[in-house]
Amino acid sequence: MNYNWNWGIFFEQSPEGTGTYADMLLSGLVWTIATALCSWIIAFFLGSLIGVMRTLPSKGANAVGTAYVELFRNIPLLVQMFLWYFVLPEVLPQAWGNALKQLPNAPFYTGVVCLGFFTASRVAEQVRAGIQSLPRGQRLAGTAMGFTVYQTYRYVLLPNAYRIILPPMTSEFLNNLKNTSVALTIGLLELTARARSMQEFSFQVFEAFTAATILYVLINLVVILLASLLERSVAVPGQR
Amino acid sequence: MTQSKFDRRGIVAALALGAAVVSAGAQAQELTGTLKKVKDTNALTIGYRDSSVPFSYLDGDQKPVGYAMDICLKIAEAVKKELKLPGMEVKLNPVTSATRIPLIANGTIDLECGSTTNNADRQKQAAFTNTHFLTATRYVSKKDAKLHTIDDLKGKTVVSTSGTTNIKQINEANTAKSMGLTILPAKDHAEAFLMVETGRAVAFVMDDVLLASLVAGSKTPDAYEISTEALSKPEPYGIMLRKDDAPFKAVADAATKALYESPEGKALYSKWFEKPIPPRNINLKLPMSEAMAKQFKSPSDSADPAAY
Amino acid sequence: MFSNFDFGVVFGSLPYLFGQGMVFTVTLTALAAGMGVILGTLLAMARLSGVPGLKHVAKVYVELMRSLPLVLVIFWFYFLVPYIGAYLTGASRPIQVGAFSSALITFTLFEAAYFSEIMRAGIQSIPKGQTGAAYALGMTYAQTMITVVLPQAFRNMLPLLLTQTIVLFQDTSLVYVLSLTDFLGAASKVAQRDGRLVEMYLFAAVVYFAVCFSASFLVRRLQRRVAIIR
Repeated sequence: MNYNWNWGIFFEQSPEGTGTYADMLLSGLVWTIATALCSWIIAFFLGSLIGVMRTLPSKGANAVGTAYVELFRNIPLLVQMFLWYFVLPEVLPQAWGNALKQLPNAPFYTGVVCLGFFTASRVAEQVRAGIQSLPRGQRLAGTAMGFTVYQTYRYVLLPNAYRIILPPMTSEFLNNLKNTSVALTIGLLELTARARSMQEFSFQVFEAFTAATILYVLINLVVILLASLLERSVAVPGQR
Repeated sequence: MTQSKFDRRGIVAALALGAAVVSAGAQAQELTGTLKKVKDTNALTIGYRDSSVPFSYLDGDQKPVGYAMDICLKIAEAVKKELKLPGMEVKLNPVTSATRIPLIANGTIDLECGSTTNNADRQKQAAFTNTHFLTATRYVSKKDAKLHTIDDLKGKTVVSTSGTTNIKQINEANTAKSMGLTILPAKDHAEAFLMVETGRAVAFVMDDVLLASLVAGSKTPDAYEISTEALSKPEPYGIMLRKDDAPFKAVADAATKALYESPEGKALYSKWFEKPIPPRNINLKLPMSEAMAKQFKSPSDSADPAAY
Repeated sequence: MFSNFDFGVVFGSLPYLFGQGMVFTVTLTALAAGMGVILGTLLAMARLSGVPGLKHVAKVYVELMRSLPLVLVIFWFYFLVPYIGAYLTGASRPIQVGAFSSALITFTLFEAAYFSEIMRAGIQSIPKGQTGAAYALGMTYAQTMITVVLPQAFRNMLPLLLTQTIVLFQDTSLVYVLSLTDFLGAASKVAQRDGRLVEMYLFAAVVYFAVCFSASFLVRRLQRRVAIIR
């Protein structure tokens, strides 16, 4: 194979002058993790809200929830990135649009919001499935106890539902983490983007992508480990 | 098997091989590298760019055209003649700044026709045929931003195309002068220019000729200006080929040399830089510089800016 | 607000958007889904086979693919496939793989990991008694799989396989990073050429939504029809 392997490349200075190529990849890793965590916060709360709305007795809430999920699930993430980044500032009043564009770190905020809204639609489906998998008696028992709808969800349905959906939520979290790489198209310098620029500067394609691959596998393993610890710590004693 | 027997066989084999090489040399040169591949597959693949106006870009029908594309078609003609393959197919494959070098190396494309700077670093990865243009790194910004020098950019967000020498240069300048820039990488020149157009970045750092073309092709050419200060000396552009492939490079060098030295070379230059070009019949009005005229008189493939 | 937007640019470029872009997207989706399901089924069978080496290779492959972002995998394969091809065919130089074939290989190999998880669940959903019965009738492993297990597994998993295909249809838009002309690539090329981002990206979003929404609606109807009542 006509390729010059050079694994020492990671310890060479990158042309950005801020450190070695290894530092460059690690800074990408930090952005990947930061984007994944921040967008997950939006996805988790918004997704739970939408998911709950789809299980409420109210027809209106149901319709809003369904519309949200269908809208965000049926448009490719990359297109959604472009809509948030390029289209949104143009259709807002001009002053707002300009303010948005002037934001420092605009790709990061855009990426976080876009991923948050996108993943929320998937979280919503999990939350809904979790609530609907509970025996009907639980909701009725809540009502019989004189709980309001809010209290029924807060104290009866949601604590159970979240425990049930912890495994699928873990894989949604991992999907969200992987999806951060789509934000490289709007200029976010996350791990894949960093591997790509390392390849461009040093021409060591395979070393750069191998390193990125290993880092992604490692974060996946860490997340899976943390999720199983969480699962154990929140398990209701005696169940299962 | 005894040692002596093995040796004898080895010698016989070496002699036979030597004889074969000599006789092949006497009859016709054995094809190697890209030429062999083209002969075997009856096709040559040209890598083109989306938006390197006027070197290699998509016209109104989304077909790749441009100055470098015309040069590459000349090289393809020469290859066709050299290999006596009248039916040779010319395939086209889109490339970006980020993908061009790996795609040359992995054989997806045979010629990269665009605006690729020929420098010493890249010569470790690829070869270049005779220089077809000279350009310096500058930046474009909106007129009302009133930016002219490199120092004017301090603390601002700028964009450049990923995988280019320009993004490397601005990164280096950023570090050397501690300018506090935020540097966004864009997929291609059109996307990078768009970032300036939509206000996502104040300036786009790129080869000045590409900036001039992008400005001329924009909706409001009067709204932009190109920096007075340059970030680099004029650097050569070359058509990129696979490295360590002397026979193919010889064909490409001969074809480009013949083209540049003939009146056809000047006509080609003028077709793309001094006359209206598709898709919107913009005239770039860039007469040939002295250095370029010199280059066309005695073509060179040197990567050293001082050679021009 | 939309007064200075020109949606005429959309109509002018319709032949290009659909004739080239959508054809690329749909062909890529259909071929990659077909080949991905086949490869995915083989991977699922390998994982469930109990053959020590095979089982582990399949598991590592599936888990690796599932832990990587698609964008990274796209870059990997675009640069790597010619070398793999040369290695497989014993050629001395990287073999030439066109942009479309490269994308097709990438999506097939990537989605196969996801299809394999679906098929694994599908195969496991078939009660053990059925395979036992097939073996008791003297059927071989291949006969059991082809005539008894897989047809039912496919039927049970059809809605999930189709849903994954809709995801694949959306994911193909990521070939944008390679500058290939899929539907989104075509839209963005027109958008950048004419400086009409807002119109083109909104239009692209509407088209993707219309296609995916109707497709998932049909899948849900299908789901109700094929559901086996146990």
